[in-house]
Amino acid sequence: MARLVGGLATSHVPSIGAAIDHGRTDDPYWKPLFDGIQPAREWMDRVRPDVVIVVYNDHASRFGMDVTPTFAIGVGDTFAPHDEGYGPRPVPACEGAPGFAWHLVESLVLKDEFDVTIVSDMTVDHGLTVPLSLAFGQPSAWPCRVIPLCVNVIQYPQPTARRCFRLGEAIRRAIDSFEPDLRIAIFGTGGMSHQLQGERAGLINAPYDQMWLDQMVTNPLALTEIGHTELLREAGSEGLEIIMWLVMRGAMDATVREVHRFYHVPASNTAYGLLALENAEGL
Amino acid sequence: MTPAHDYDDIPGTYVFDGDHCRRGYHLNMFCKSLDRAENRGAFRRDPPSYLAGFPMTADQAAAVRDRDWLAMLRLGGNIYYTFKLAIFDGLTMQHAGALMSDSGMTVDDFRAMMLTGGRPIEGNRSKRENAHG
Repeated sequence: MARLVGGLATSHVPSIGAAIDHGRTDDPYWKPLFDGIQPAREWMDRVRPDVVIVVYNDHASRFGMDVTPTFAIGVGDTFAPHDEGYGPRPVPACEGAPGFAWHLVESLVLKDEFDVTIVSDMTVDHGLTVPLSLAFGQPSAWPCRVIPLCVNVIQYPQPTARRCFRLGEAIRRAIDSFEPDLRIAIFGTGGMSHQLQGERAGLINAPYDQMWLDQMVTNPLALTEIGHTELLREAGSEGLEIIMWLVMRGAMDATVREVHRFYHVPASNTAYGLLALENAEGL
Repeated sequence: MTPAHDYDDIPGTYVFDGDHCRRGYHLNMFCKSLDRAENRGAFRRDPPSYLAGFPMTADQAAAVRDRDWLAMLRLGGNIYYTFKLAIFDGLTMQHAGALMSDSGMTVDDFRAMMLTGGRPIEGNRSKRENAHG
């Protein structure tokens, strides 16, 4: 049987990817961040997932304003990095997991009535590739298969925090009902507090981020009650993407063990946060 | 027009809702077109005629010409789209952040602000709160 072996929450700031790609991880600006995430990378080496579901948002890359799927799952064989204006990141293309991805889609749509968009052909941007780089470094091929799960967090109205958590719960039912013996991890990406746009650009709200880090571990249901106006106000207009962490958390057991936590300001215009979680029963 | 939203109270923030999407569609799709190297080349060679290919309003075209990043947001631009134009110009998100701050902030000021914990939430939560001290 397939098993959920870990959940990782991490910001997906593009400049983190650029720091890795250009060999600047030992620069004084970046070293504290890369030192801080190292225990999570070592944990990932032990967890050794066969498949990672990466919950992220597309930043006007694969999807334009002409079509905005609320939840979209990549069922293709491979996903190449998107050219976001600098040329594609020099990272490997992701190998998909079409067998499990189609099971996931069927389980979500037919058993849980989550009517997700099914995408056969998609590129993936920094929202997906930066978390992979943080988790796995710079291998010539990613050590696991990848299922992109793309959430609209750019166009209001975004799905609610509660809906994201429930999607996670439904993903877990799909994992638990998949016959082949696969080790599956789920990444919830984005956040933490940041605002890129407007006169309030550069906003950081560290106390609010700390509250999220605490509640993600012990009381995630409280986070599912939070509305968009609070998120826009407290976490910043782009910080709202933290709702994607709740997809990961919804997939995990009610009780989890915190393997690693790290928080750092700044990463470019953003507060960086990371949580590595295991189900309390262990592996 | 849709009725006022409670998020209208958040200062210095342009929530990308349906009204913004409708207003800014062609402006944003122009920015999106810069994903392609051949389009970047065409825009660099002859900005006015490239811009003319997108049915933007005169105000939107002027905001693009003037690189008025706040005006673009007010006219329906979305930061992930307008940032494609900033990338085209060789700017970073810190440059764009400084230019949108509307306070004469330089990119060095902006970077320094981020290194000291970012723009504080206190005083930046609510227009109503700010008006009543």
